[in-house]
Amino acid sequence: MEKIPILKMGKFLLVTIQVDLYDRLALTLEEDLIQMVFKTGSKGVLIDISALSIVDSFMGKIIGNIAGMSSIMDAETVVVGMQPAVAITLIELGLPLSGVHTALNVEKGMALLESRMPPSLDDANDDDVD
Amino acid sequence: MLMMTMLIKESLIIQQERDLVYCRNRVKEVAAKIGMGIVNQTKLITATSEIARNMLIYGGGGTMRLEVVTKGKQEGIQLVFEDKGPGIADIQKAMQDGYTTGRSLGMGLPGAKRLVNEFVIQSAIGQGTTVKMLKWKNG
Repeated sequence: MEKIPILKMGKFLLVTIQVDLYDRLALTLEEDLIQMVFKTGSKGVLIDISALSIVDSFMGKIIGNIAGMSSIMDAETVVVGMQPAVAITLIELGLPLSGVHTALNVEKGMALLESRMPPSLDDANDDDVD
Repeated sequence: MLMMTMLIKESLIIQQERDLVYCRNRVKEVAAKIGMGIVNQTKLITATSEIARNMLIYGGGGTMRLEVVTKGKQEGIQLVFEDKGPGIADIQKAMQDGYTTGRSLGMGLPGAKRLVNEFVIQSAIGQGTTVKMLKWKNG
């Protein structure tokens, strides 16, 4: 069965979607990612969709699901590399992807994830914004 | 200057998930061929994906007729999706944002309508559903 690879990079998981997503493949990715977050204890998930020429309501829902589930498991999700035409289309479609962090590219997405990691030592009583 | 009229008129069968990918790709190909811009292309293939998936899930699959149409100097793509499924009981409701009888977000039909220039849906209980949509190249 076809699968989208999930790479572990330090504290984070990196997914680069390079193929046409059909629904079953997207659902498999959702399952695999959540399993990986659980197994590796990753604190962040970065999904690169720069090769996707379309994100429809189904894929939008999957992206939202991944972000929601990861968040419950204490991991942040950042979607990077969305093509401008895809962004325009998503808004018109009525799917603003609220609740999902986005960044322009992988580098900025990584920086965003890093910035959201709590300082590794004690002192956990300040930023509880959610 | 020589005016070329493209005669593209074809019918695609949508019976399984993979067919959605093929449909989207074919629409994109034809859209690019008539010189549709990338934003309009993306809007059209997204609408295609929504309607084709609906047809697959709720209508048990069907056909998509793809045609390049012209009106004066305007060129565009017309898509007709036809299934012989159970039909939609309340089209007005189905066209509302967020309304779904399944597990989707309920954005498919109303969202697709916003993405194209013309959108007509007809449905009869027990007979099936037809969705006709049109996107102009510069629309």
